[in-house]
Amino acid sequence: MRGNAEAHELIAPGSLTGVLELMARAPGEWMPIAGGTEIMVAHAAGRLRGKKLVSLWGIGELRFIEVSGESIAIGAGATFRDLRMHDTVQSGASLLAKAATWIGSIANQSRATIGGNLVNGSPAADSSPALLVCDAEVELISMRGKRRIPYSSFHTGYKRNAMTPDELLYAVHVPLRFAQHRQYLRKVGTRRAMAISKVALAGTALLHGGVVSEIRLAAASLAPLPARLYRTEAVLHGRALGPLAIREAQEALMEEAKPIDDIRSTAAYRSRVAANLLGEFLNELLTAEARP
Amino acid sequence: MSEHLANSSAGISFIVNGEKRTVAAHGMKRLLDVLREDLHLTGTKEGCGEGECGSCSVRMNGELVNSCLVPVLQAEGATIETVEGLGRAEALHPIQKAFLECGGAQCGICTPGMLMATAQLLAVNPHPTIGEIREGLAGNLCRCTGFKRIFDSVAAVVVEMDATAKTGGAHAG
Repeated sequence: MRGNAEAHELIAPGSLTGVLELMARAPGEWMPIAGGTEIMVAHAAGRLRGKKLVSLWGIGELRFIEVSGESIAIGAGATFRDLRMHDTVQSGASLLAKAATWIGSIANQSRATIGGNLVNGSPAADSSPALLVCDAEVELISMRGKRRIPYSSFHTGYKRNAMTPDELLYAVHVPLRFAQHRQYLRKVGTRRAMAISKVALAGTALLHGGVVSEIRLAAASLAPLPARLYRTEAVLHGRALGPLAIREAQEALMEEAKPIDDIRSTAAYRSRVAANLLGEFLNELLTAEARP
Repeated sequence: MSEHLANSSAGISFIVNGEKRTVAAHGMKRLLDVLREDLHLTGTKEGCGEGECGSCSVRMNGELVNSCLVPVLQAEGATIETVEGLGRAEALHPIQKAFLECGGAQCGICTPGMLMATAQLLAVNPHPTIGEIREGLAGNLCRCTGFKRIFDSVAAVVVEMDATAKTGGAHAG
């Protein structure tokens, strides 16, 4: 074994308040660990930097899915298995349910939490594009109270986010109104299961008489952080959808995307494939509009 | 430190294959290592050690987990099933029998994980399609069989368990 268990302290206060008190007393000193699917990998490789870890696993106050009239509140401790099995997530936040089915394997989905996925903040995170195109909000909590911010402003840079050192991600709120929109989500990786994205694209759109009245696009692995593609959206907004608009949007995406070369893929491949995915989504919209 | 905090190297208790066990292990020690080293349950294997291969799959509170990614403190109070709990040499579980009969096991390193992933799949979905079998086992890698015989083994278990259910017979586990 490469990581040394004794080099790290792990405690389990067992309640949300217990965790928050600890984090308030020594902000930044305690690294929260939920299902461990990221942190334990770093630990095994001997590259886990946190010396003091506080366990969130088993804290019921963080593992919930609640449906209110207009949105669904998902506790940060909900696992991807919880999400994919939940009826209202499947019907009201179907992109998120879909993303949940292709995160790792069944064993990973049983442990990986939505909170962990977002706080880890990988540019390739599977749940991020799905949340970005549905105007999701995140709720943060500390001993000072709770606050809600748009998920689109949560990530501030490569693996950086808007949380202060005493805060914990508490919940993700997903509006249900996007269930009425046309939706798209596709991930391209080396294998359907287990593989981390080379690139992924999500989209939601509303058309009226062939004209795009609302469109949201977001991608994984096209930028240092999970992000909306605002400039590509702007090309399509208020426009009658047709071959020319689609081509221009694809060009805008190639311009807006800032992918990198890494072990999983190349920048050129990622941009090209993302443009192809956008083409697929927009052509699906055209086809759907043409139907009586 | 307030007293409700679990001390990271105090006794950690959980149920393994129906028996209550208490180990004095560091909280960050992997469940995999506790099973193998502290409890001498060496049926659970280490493959990649990073949650990619599924060799160390066990069931924890009715869910499949990679035991290499579970710090043992998070198993406190849990119910754990390992391959040793599935069947015994003299009374194999139908899943084990099917893997033997269909050639679903060769070198054996992935096999305990495959068996546990199959047990999990059938617990939540007793009649999986071939697509569901593939998905249920997608996190378990085998470098010997080419997977076909493993999927055949799972399909055979379904038939066998149905037949047993019809004749009113009982099976181990």
